Amino acid sequence: MSTATDSVAVAPQLRRGLTTNRLPSWAPAGIAVLSIVIGVAIGLLGSLDSKIQWGLLAGLAFVGLTYGLSAKVEGRRQAKDRLATSVVWLAFVLAVIPLAALVFYTVQQGASVVDARFLNHSMKGVLQTEAGGGVYHALLGTLMQVALATAMAAPIGLLTAVYLVEYGRGRLAKAVTFFVDVMTGIPSIVAGLFILSLWILLFGFQYSGFAGSLALAILMVPVVVRSTEEMLKLVPNELREASYALGVPKWKTILRVVLPTAIGGITTGVMLAVARITGETAPVMMLVFGSDIINENPFEGPQQSLPLYIWQQYQTNNDFGYARAWGAALVLIAFVMALNLVARGIARWRSPKSGH
Amino acid sequence: MAKRIDVSGLSAYYGTTKAIEDISMTVEPRSVTAFIGPSGCGKSTFLRTLNRMHEVIPGARVEGKVLLDDENLYASAVDPVAVRRTVGMVFQRPNPFPTMSIYDNVAAGLKLAGVKKKSVLDGVVEKSLQGANLWNEVKDRLNKPGSGLSGGQQQRLCIARAIAVEPQVLLMDEPCSALDPISTLAIEDLIGELKSQFTIVIVTHNMQQAARVSDRTAFFNLAGVGQPGKLVELDDTQRIFSNPSVQATEDYISGRFG
Amino acid sequence: MTSSPPVASGGRARRGRSDSRRGDSIFFNLSRGSGVLLLVIMAAIAGFLTYRSFLSFGHNEGNFFTTFEWLPDAPVPTFGIAVLVFGTIASSIIAMVIAVPVAVGVALFISHYAPRRIAQPFAYLVDLLAAVPSIVYGLWGALFLVPHMSGLTSWMDEYLGWTYIFDSTKTGAAPRSLFTVGIVLAIMILPIITAVSREVFKQAPRMHEEAALALGATRWEMIRTAVLPFGRPGVISASMLGLGRALGETIAVATVLSSSPVLSLHLMDPGGGTFAQNIALRFGEAGENGRNALMASGLVLFVITLLVNGAARMIIARRKEYSGAN
Repeated sequence: MSTATDSVAVAPQLRRGLTTNRLPSWAPAGIAVLSIVIGVAIGLLGSLDSKIQWGLLAGLAFVGLTYGLSAKVEGRRQAKDRLATSVVWLAFVLAVIPLAALVFYTVQQGASVVDARFLNHSMKGVLQTEAGGGVYHALLGTLMQVALATAMAAPIGLLTAVYLVEYGRGRLAKAVTFFVDVMTGIPSIVAGLFILSLWILLFGFQYSGFAGSLALAILMVPVVVRSTEEMLKLVPNELREASYALGVPKWKTILRVVLPTAIGGITTGVMLAVARITGETAPVMMLVFGSDIINENPFEGPQQSLPLYIWQQYQTNNDFGYARAWGAALVLIAFVMALNLVARGIARWRSPKSGH
Repeated sequence: MAKRIDVSGLSAYYGTTKAIEDISMTVEPRSVTAFIGPSGCGKSTFLRTLNRMHEVIPGARVEGKVLLDDENLYASAVDPVAVRRTVGMVFQRPNPFPTMSIYDNVAAGLKLAGVKKKSVLDGVVEKSLQGANLWNEVKDRLNKPGSGLSGGQQQRLCIARAIAVEPQVLLMDEPCSALDPISTLAIEDLIGELKSQFTIVIVTHNMQQAARVSDRTAFFNLAGVGQPGKLVELDDTQRIFSNPSVQATEDYISGRFG
Repeated sequence: MTSSPPVASGGRARRGRSDSRRGDSIFFNLSRGSGVLLLVIMAAIAGFLTYRSFLSFGHNEGNFFTTFEWLPDAPVPTFGIAVLVFGTIASSIIAMVIAVPVAVGVALFISHYAPRRIAQPFAYLVDLLAAVPSIVYGLWGALFLVPHMSGLTSWMDEYLGWTYIFDSTKTGAAPRSLFTVGIVLAIMILPIITAVSREVFKQAPRMHEEAALALGATRWEMIRTAVLPFGRPGVISASMLGLGRALGETIAVATVLSSSPVLSLHLMDPGGGTFAQNIALRFGEAGENGRNALMASGLVLFVITLLVNGAARMIIARRKEYSGAN
């Protein structure tokens, strides 16, 4: 066939041997080291005071050198491939550095503050301009507010999801689906503002932990609905039909068959939602008012919360306040991470497929 | 443009598991060689070592030599990308790129290689589609998505895509297993035509198919579960199916297997 | 699924049937009630916000959309969202410009580039980082990043000052600017965009990746041919998710930004403001009209977020047709 001869003339790109000039396998690592040296050298010689500049220079040198060398030795196509690889690695490094810095710095700053005393004392009688004090009242407040919010949001969210998946047809279900989507988009500060105006200013209730948990519940409900919906949809229809075939009524089927099958995933979803609202600052700061003393009643009087505590300590603008803020940040991160780890553990341990 | 393949002492691994062990064989140019054998005997794995596709699976590696007209594919200076351009491949399930039109699917390999001239691309696309016996069916809808074709047409589109870059060798990994009998027949006819230009290696589960399309047949087997697959024998197809020299081959072919 | 209870026979069964009917109707009404309650809450929020917003419009001597100042409780109430719209959008755009490419890179790193031993734990870590509360990002941004930014800002001022945008006119002031806010937001939304994009890239069909490789594509060409076109809608919706968070972020902005009623294209100068930050800053001392005005601004933020989410959902819906094709 003439294809061969024709194309040999017109598409020489195709007729290359199997062997090509290639950079040695240690080349990327070598170029990386060289780039870091270049970055540090320019940084030192040009007396650039910010390490961010050093890093950016090294990154640029890495990408540029990789492309240049490869284009020279291996040709354009290989060079593009290597360019992409080096950019992807650079993105990885670019992402790791600030995120690692954040975690590392928080742990470093917080670890020197957090101890048993810090955890079981409030700020009662502690001046903002002196050391000491603790987060007990804030931790307690956060736990209560989050628990109350969950107690309101989880049943509503769960039942709504059951309605949407098991019963939902027709206009009402469509409207609910749509507004759950809309609700996901409510900025947290707007939720706070709404409760503030309605609950506290219009209805005349006090600032309290409960007011905060109302706003948190608004933020939590759509997340619970969405994740529960996903989990219920994963329950195979055969299970439901098998149950109906045994003469079990629908509501019992849902309670005894569908929900238990999906319970692992639902729990995970709820816990992730809890982790999410635990860190919410904006709505809480408007509603719980904040307090330096322990208030064990979330329904009456100002309460403290961890995120709000961090915010207030940050605003003191002095080193003692900053130290307490870091300590509280560490406690908050540890709490949220623990929730996440447990939630993911449950998800892995009892995925719907292996459920019974 | 077809080349001879000489394999010697080839073993392939997935992580620490040895999938095939110490395979040596010669594949003649301008002929069809069929690989048959029970599931899990490593014939597909072996096929994928012939264009260095095996190593794209994480943790997979290969030992031994594959010579393509005296050039070792596994020599350190060899670029696997260049190997795959020289040794084309058609997969078990038709896999045209879903986001591309029929035209772009066939031209994909050339475009990757940097061919941009429209006239060149047009020519190659038409020739390749004709070569795959698909031109008449799709010439009026070249700009429609390739995923809109029937399964058999999609597989011929994939063959057109593979031959558009003018490989020396064409590897086919059970190309008809997802197709109906009529589409299968079309592909088998096509294989018969293509062997005048390419060295063709085909893995098949269907022994009638091996008997119909191939000139030579290789039988692979494994000693037991968890054991690596081995080449039992390679001979002219006619001999393999009428008078094989190894008892295991005869057992397998006559259905007295296992 | 049938909704009618199964037919049984016999006396005991009849009682069981009425029991199960009552159970069914209680359960059905309970779950439907939750859905209705949700609708009522949503309607209340929307209605209340709108009502209060219109109340405030009656007491505004300025133009709500073009006024820079925010003085709703002054004797002559004047307030507008011009600065807030600009600040919110500018900081979010900076965040997106930085975060999306990096997140796509990191997602590809996890799904296609990294050795498996690194990819798995790193992916897990990214998921965890997505849960770090924004107050922590804000605290870190204000106390750690801001002091470390001065080198970069003076440098950008020197070499990129000609762009106007990166020209610092207030050299020496701590860089508590919209630019720094954008960077903090970028770091904050990076994990969530990465996590979603990674899942999409991982789902790219292996057979198309192999088809590209078998045609002699390099790894990058394979990704461009088989992974990116498949993942594009997912990446876009992930980015929209991140954008939604950046737009509504309150506390990370409030800690970093030194706000002022200034609308300046010099993004590296301190000043400006965002919707959420403005609300957080002012709700405490706001009077009646002040709160209504804040609610009006909250409503605008809500609407912007809705539009972004709506766009994301449309793209996801389009993607469904897409994946049906293969």
